[in-house]
Amino acid sequence: MPILGIIASSKFGDVGDFESIATVTVGSGGASNAEFTNIPGYYEHLQIRALTKCSNADLTVRAQFNSDTGTNYATHYIEANGSTVAAGAVTSTTYVMVGIAASGTAGQVGGFVLDVLYYSNTSKYKTTRTLSGCDNNGSGYVWPASGLWMSTNAITSIKIFPASGTFQQYASFALYGIRSA
Amino acid sequence: MPITYEPLATTTLGSAAASVTFSSISGSYTDLVIVINGALSSGLASLSVEYNGDTTVGNYSYTRLQGNGTSATSARATSDKGIGFVAQDACMTIININNYSNSTTYKTTLTRTNSNYSSDGRTASYVALWQNTAAITSIKLSASVNFNSGFTFTIYGIKAA
Repeated sequence: MPILGIIASSKFGDVGDFESIATVTVGSGGASNAEFTNIPGYYEHLQIRALTKCSNADLTVRAQFNSDTGTNYATHYIEANGSTVAAGAVTSTTYVMVGIAASGTAGQVGGFVLDVLYYSNTSKYKTTRTLSGCDNNGSGYVWPASGLWMSTNAITSIKIFPASGTFQQYASFALYGIRSA
Repeated sequence: MPITYEPLATTTLGSAAASVTFSSISGSYTDLVIVINGALSSGLASLSVEYNGDTTVGNYSYTRLQGNGTSATSARATSDKGIGFVAQDACMTIININNYSNSTTYKTTLTRTNSNYSSDGRTASYVALWQNTAAITSIKLSASVNFNSGFTFTIYGIKAA
């Protein structure tokens, strides 16, 4: 059984424990979202590793599963801005918060590593966890969070989008599947 | 099916050392993950990084979230190569460097770092910035004191489709 998390496999030498499914890279025109569809159900967990850049300042990045736009999501997060720490939560939202994006100075980017646990299980609500942040050489955030999608449906698509504005060029989102033994 | 998550190199110290360097890092992966585990002889020390031999401290900065069992705090430093910490008794650090080989963006790292030092236990997350668009080909890790014998450093490459 692989150890899920930032390091996501306990048997790295075994082919197929941690597999790349698809990658979305934002081009020069920007993009309102990045979407993964037709996600196969034969993995145990999913991980999305992202480089984030958006048109508005230091905004959170959101996700929806299976095109569900209902108020079926919740997020708990910790936001550290270099001087203070705040904890927050949002409930009955139409999205789960999965990270934070950088903006502004050319070259600066944020990132996140998001785990979606037991995404294909049809008897559990779906839980996410993320480590995210952006440092802009004098500003920025560290932003870990956990999220909930109150649905027992297997996740077959994930749409990722900024709280406002658009993703900018060089933002990228790589989806991986993690198998169990 | 190609291997997606692959160990690239491991260094286990046979004696104390001031730094460990991974060099000639292939650009054929998408992300890098570095796992560090060990114990200092005494105390707790900052863990620092240098990429591609860039010693210009003004190119590095970080923002940190930290908990020590009593309180949660946040700090920021510019002109600082900090990326985590190492400590006596036991410590563990995992560093994520996403899109390390692109040549268009600065490089951002996400780190989870933990100290189980009985006198100074901490858990922290760092986001750190290297203001350089060059692909990362070498990584030097050092601390404000020597790494002790037995410290292990492993670097992995993750390849996206």
